[in-house]
Amino acid sequence: MHPVFTSRRRLALYVLAWIPDACLLTYLFTIVGGISGRDGALLAFPLTLIFAFVCLASWYPCRATPLENSGALRLVLTHLIGAIFAAELWVLSARLWLRLLFGGDANSALQARFPALVPVIVAMGVMLYWLSVAFYYVVLALQASQQAEARLMEAHMLARDAELRALKAQVNPHFLFNSLNSISALAGSDASKAREMCILLADFLRRTLGLGEKAAIPLEEELSLIHAFLAVEKVRFGDRVRMEENIAPEVLAVKVPPLLLQPLVENAVVHGIANLVEGGDIRLRATCEGDWVTIVVENTFDPDAPPRRRNGVGIANVRQRLEARYARKANFAVTTNANWFRVTLGLPKTAPNATHHLKDDPK
Amino acid sequence: MTMSPERKIRAVIVDDEELARQILREYLGHHSNIELIAECANGFEAVKTVAEQKPDLVFLDIQMPKLDGFEVLELMGAGPAAVIFVTAYDNYAIRAFDVHAVDYLLKPIGRERFEAALQRASERLSGGKTPAMPPAPELAAAARPPSQYLDRIPVRDGVRVFIIPVAKLDYAEAQDDYVELTAEGKKHLKQQTISSLEAALDPARFLRIHRSYIVNLERVARIEPYGKESHVAVLSNGATLPVSRAGYSRLRAFLDR
Repeated sequence: MHPVFTSRRRLALYVLAWIPDACLLTYLFTIVGGISGRDGALLAFPLTLIFAFVCLASWYPCRATPLENSGALRLVLTHLIGAIFAAELWVLSARLWLRLLFGGDANSALQARFPALVPVIVAMGVMLYWLSVAFYYVVLALQASQQAEARLMEAHMLARDAELRALKAQVNPHFLFNSLNSISALAGSDASKAREMCILLADFLRRTLGLGEKAAIPLEEELSLIHAFLAVEKVRFGDRVRMEENIAPEVLAVKVPPLLLQPLVENAVVHGIANLVEGGDIRLRATCEGDWVTIVVENTFDPDAPPRRRNGVGIANVRQRLEARYARKANFAVTTNANWFRVTLGLPKTAPNATHHLKDDPK
Repeated sequence: MTMSPERKIRAVIVDDEELARQILREYLGHHSNIELIAECANGFEAVKTVAEQKPDLVFLDIQMPKLDGFEVLELMGAGPAAVIFVTAYDNYAIRAFDVHAVDYLLKPIGRERFEAALQRASERLSGGKTPAMPPAPELAAAARPPSQYLDRIPVRDGVRVFIIPVAKLDYAEAQDDYVELTAEGKKHLKQQTISSLEAALDPARFLRIHRSYIVNLERVARIEPYGKESHVAVLSNGATLPVSRAGYSRLRAFLDR
């Protein structure tokens, strides 16, 4: 939509802004044409009003030839043609206006002096047209910066949203219900084992809760969270869960966003192991090359299981958080190979800059 | 199914987690009139056991390897008279409850809730007030989330279970209370009405071209006139299927898109 027409107030302001031009034009007419002030105003005011609307049209060529990616020649040509066209139109409308005022009466002073006024009208027309072009380029620049700001805001909102969701969704209620069911079963048969399971569950929950406030934790801490999680799942699934770990010692201290890997391991259990009668394997690998850390979480799965059972929100969430935190400096890939499901993360060894993280929240 | 009061109720527990089976076993142990005849750790085992032993009562977990609880229910045929779903996912459970005739228990399972469900099941088994169970496939179809179309069709032949991915299904033909599914040159019979199968399949991929036929649209090679007013659909494997008048206009509408 044309920026001047977005509200009535704007339109009124726009028309008002042309009053000084009308005054200036009146003044020029009296000086150059030697006509009376009354005659000058009679010609200048209606003409200015008409031109105010003619200049509205320059918005469209401005939008079609943006400053930053149109060639200089194209810019000059576009606005030169526009200006000449607008000025011609103005002269024409001035003639029409005079004809309307005086009819065929060639004796009026204004009619007689008009040829002397034409150069003034053309010069003013070109200048005013270019002024409006400049004005619209300013408007366009403002709009662009507003849009960029809105996009940035949106990106921040999304990032924070993803983080919050990750933290909230962390303790999966079904994980809790199933664990409580296991405890309840053990309470009848093996009280000390039931107690042990309560402790394991409490340990996992406590660790998870503590993580909500942190922007980044050492990988080592994330690994011990995974161990706590798997200890609980091992009570439930018995030897159906088999875990193999291969972590290079130099990556243990690398800072990562909390709950980056645990959702992947949980996904491996829920969508991999839980669908396999004989259970399955989870492999966790972390290696480091220079400043680049590669982490692989892979698990066996049932290739015959319907696709929707293979991966859940956990993976999407980790991907979003990684994008939000590292932008393009990290990568994330999901691949399958026969009955192996693999998530590969690559991220820089240096600590993520958590500009928009919860920790920065003034609350 | 009506039975004399002195006969024991024969129950089966289906759950892939040992501890989940254990608690049901413990609760059932308090009832002398119930005999636990089998425990199954996955869907295939469950279908086989139900087909062979014809239990009266089945405790059925929903999230399981191979076949989920709904698929097991679908394949049970007219087997057991009572099914009690057991799950930690209450959204599943609520659907199970909505289709009546099936009760549900939420994990962790409370003793009181268990006793109430068992009471209802016994009443149903003794031909009490509770309504009879509708045929299992219809029940399972109703229990499925409405927005989700089938991605595979489980079929049972005796105690053997076949899984047909819907992409491999060429067409389905109604045969009384059964549908005959043709996939990869083989035919499988399944106890289900063609209408409930039609409702479960993605309408963008499968079309009811005749009162008795559903066709996989990817398999249709061409449509040929047949007799004066009717048509047949020729599939890419050479099979020809009758097309009704309504089916023809639906097929045309699809092909013209």
